[in-house]
Amino acid sequence: MADTGVLETLLRRIEKVDDGVDSLEVATSLGVDHQVLVGAVKSLQALGDLISAELRSSKHWELLGEGTEIAEQGSHEARVFGSIPPEGLGQSELMKLSFGKIGFSKAMSNKWIRVDKAHEGGPRIFRTVEDIEDQVREKLLLVQRGNSSKLEEKEKNELKKRKLLSEVTVKSYWITKGSSFSTTITKLETELTPEMIANGSWKEKKFKPYNFEAMGVAPDCGHMHPLMKVRTQFRQIFLEMGFTEMPTNNFIESSFWNFDSLFQPQQHPARDQHDTFFLSDPALAHGFPPDYLERVKKVHSEGGYGSQGYKYDWKVEEAQKNILRTHTTAVSARMLYKLAQQERDPGCHPSGRVPPDRGRGGRLRAHAGGPHGHPARVLHQTRDYQAPLQAGLQPVHGAQHGSVQLP
Amino acid sequence: MPTVGVKRDLLFKALGRTYTDEEFDELCFEFGLELDEITSEKEIISREQGGSKASGASDVILYKIDVPANRYDLLCLEGLVRGLQVFKNKLEAPRILNNERRTAAVRPHAVAAVLRNITFTQERYDSFIELQDKLHQNVCRKRSLVAIGTHDLDTVSGPFTYTAKPPGDIRFKPLNQTKEYTAAQLMSLYKTDSHLKHFLHIIEDKPAYPVIYDSNGVVLSMPPIINGDHSKISLNTKNVFVECTATDLTKAKIVLDMMVTMFSEYCSQPFTVEEAEVVYPDGKTCKYPELAYRKEKLSSGFINRKVGINEPTEKIAQLLTKMCLRSEVTGVGDEIQVEIPPTRSDVIHACDIMEDAAMAYGFNNIPYTTPGTYTVANQFPLNKLTELLRQDLAAAGFTEALTFALCSKEDISDKLGKKISETRAVHIANPKTAEFQVARTTLLPGLLKTIAANRKMPLPLKLFEISDVVLKDETKDVGARNSRRFCAAYYNKSPGFEVIHGLLDRTMQLLAVKAARGDGYHIQASDDSTFFPGRCAEIFFRGKSVGRLGVLHPDVLGRFELAMPCSALEMDVEPFL
Repeated sequence: MADTGVLETLLRRIEKVDDGVDSLEVATSLGVDHQVLVGAVKSLQALGDLISAELRSSKHWELLGEGTEIAEQGSHEARVFGSIPPEGLGQSELMKLSFGKIGFSKAMSNKWIRVDKAHEGGPRIFRTVEDIEDQVREKLLLVQRGNSSKLEEKEKNELKKRKLLSEVTVKSYWITKGSSFSTTITKLETELTPEMIANGSWKEKKFKPYNFEAMGVAPDCGHMHPLMKVRTQFRQIFLEMGFTEMPTNNFIESSFWNFDSLFQPQQHPARDQHDTFFLSDPALAHGFPPDYLERVKKVHSEGGYGSQGYKYDWKVEEAQKNILRTHTTAVSARMLYKLAQQERDPGCHPSGRVPPDRGRGGRLRAHAGGPHGHPARVLHQTRDYQAPLQAGLQPVHGAQHGSVQLP
Repeated sequence: MPTVGVKRDLLFKALGRTYTDEEFDELCFEFGLELDEITSEKEIISREQGGSKASGASDVILYKIDVPANRYDLLCLEGLVRGLQVFKNKLEAPRILNNERRTAAVRPHAVAAVLRNITFTQERYDSFIELQDKLHQNVCRKRSLVAIGTHDLDTVSGPFTYTAKPPGDIRFKPLNQTKEYTAAQLMSLYKTDSHLKHFLHIIEDKPAYPVIYDSNGVVLSMPPIINGDHSKISLNTKNVFVECTATDLTKAKIVLDMMVTMFSEYCSQPFTVEEAEVVYPDGKTCKYPELAYRKEKLSSGFINRKVGINEPTEKIAQLLTKMCLRSEVTGVGDEIQVEIPPTRSDVIHACDIMEDAAMAYGFNNIPYTTPGTYTVANQFPLNKLTELLRQDLAAAGFTEALTFALCSKEDISDKLGKKISETRAVHIANPKTAEFQVARTTLLPGLLKTIAANRKMPLPLKLFEISDVVLKDETKDVGARNSRRFCAAYYNKSPGFEVIHGLLDRTMQLLAVKAARGDGYHIQASDDSTFFPGRCAEIFFRGKSVGRLGVLHPDVLGRFELAMPCSALEMDVEPFL
């Protein structure tokens, strides 16, 4: 907050005048920097409608550093002229002077000096005229005294190009009385404090009004991933319908469980290099239930359980190949087999099975990977028909297989 | 889903009536097809090559219809029309008859048949050629399983021999060429042919190439590449000899059946095919085409139950007949006898018949029902724990990330300052790109890459992920297992070890684990090349190591292109179940 002294002086000034005061004038008359006064104006504005300040801007020309130097000492070319004695001056000596170079070329173009290149001891510079009029310096002095309007636009721009002048925009305020003007400043409180509550002083204080147009402070919270939120909802729906979640935490699967046990023939395009990711390490699976393997082989190659089969040579080497699971139906296949083994045990109860997890077929790659840091997975559902599975499994009684996959 | 392009007006002419586009779309949908696109040759060319090239092309409207991949009988205009007519009860599905005999001496896996007195028009000819093409693409797996050859029978004389000869010994004038070539020359000739070059590899490296001769030594074809010019079919051809050579006999029979059933309608005796007798080297003979009509009995109750409808047996029989599966009520209980024609090689099991019944009934007409049995749901314990943790970690101010399960070898090894051989990673044999060579063994690279991609976001970045990694495990039948991990990272102007440590403490609190050695958890300083020396600790739970946390090593930060310090934590979740 600016010095209260300044504030009160300013207020009193405004009080005396009928219409208003210019901030620049006040600053000069008070002997304070204009910026300090601007600060005062801003503080007063924050206190309510004490004053009203209108922003004005005016442009005027100011001398730049080099320009000030010239105004004091004369332009470079004039100084060059001045430093040449009647007998002339060696060019090299002239160049040693700080204003030498620039002044030299300018003086030459003004035809104030000439060079005698053939002179002994090196080229020598002589005056050509007796006196000169240092026009540049005069123009700059005009500006310095505040009479820049006397100069033409063209002249000013020329000096601007030489970097001697610049046009400066000055912002000033036209300050007038506000609707609740008073020479006294009442400080407004910003917030209620525990002390105020304790001693009841809040009843006498005035409070700064709230700005309801501004936004509040955003809470620093964490977030769940949007796709995971959707997955959570899916899970919820299936749980509410009575489905039991399957363990899908195995991304690596053998072709046997992923394809063969689901009656997908071995030459099917989905088993191509293009559409399935095979593994180089570990390359092969082992440990398939032998009886079941034989049954699967038979159905593929000869048929069975009411099916004609595909009538081709079924190779176990193909089934052993490890892959990245292409669909969670592979998990269903394992589950159904397990259930079928269990059904001989008493106490088997109906259950539906759901695996909410990822499949990893070739085509998912094409969808995944966005430009953001959170690559997306494609979610889709498939319905399972038990009938083709039955060709590979013994009939299961008493268990309900409503299996739905959420890759 | 293969797409068949048919000229709309031809289609409507064959169907006997015109349809609006919407009506036809509906009809296709009911039948189980999809009208994919309505276009014209001109449009296709202008779309692919620019408007100027299309100026001479035909304006005739084409319907592009998507057919299911296993319906070989719908791959041409004739098949489509027949299927739709039968579906609309306008036509009875035709029975194909076998006639007479012709001999051909062949090696294993070639089948043949003859279409007598056929009349070709330009459209039928085009359709004929296109069907061969579609079949080649589809069931023949790009000619590698089966190759079809069609010949003008009047230009050659049987018996035909299918044999194999060294490439230099085979010499003939191939289709549409003016001079004779040897097989070896043909290989190089067709290397630049956009159509044929894809098939060269099937026989290229073999010591002998297959070839079919007639009794005069005229070459009919060199399957699977090209037919001979001598026996080529023209609009005037009256008798067609169809041969299929194959590595899969079942498929060859199916393909032959398709070719003849589709086009025998144009023979002077419609739907009549002449047999060919195939003699094997061991003297065994077989007659083709088999054109087997299979009969299957099933109960309408079975269909009603599976589909979820309740139709009388006669109605079911009618529905099936609509789908080209001629059916009759036998009169024994609710039994139906279904005759499966050779055109429907996709019907393998009673469930396929049931599916057709459902299609004929209309899937949209099946009423919704709730399941009759009640079941009690169960969450998978690991997932249950994961869900609970996720909620509370987000509440702790961390944001969940979802990253790829596959990554590059460097991501899990070099970039983290570790050796690939020590990671027990599972390697992909045919990765799509170098970014997906291995299955991840740690969640950390994924999070770091996520941070790197979000550098413009305001600091601090606090991320977490609870997900699976894959590790090799010889005790499993597939040789690998998943492991559920929890990983978090804090990225800010200062590393914030205390923040990550705080998160660990909070997580343990949620898991109801005491901060004590022995029965609880504790952390202990450790060395790890991924972390900054002196700022890394190992997490122990009940005496076993379950993870580590610390400030990341600047080298690691550099490799992942991160500018600010970062602290991270990774822990196994499964011990806490």
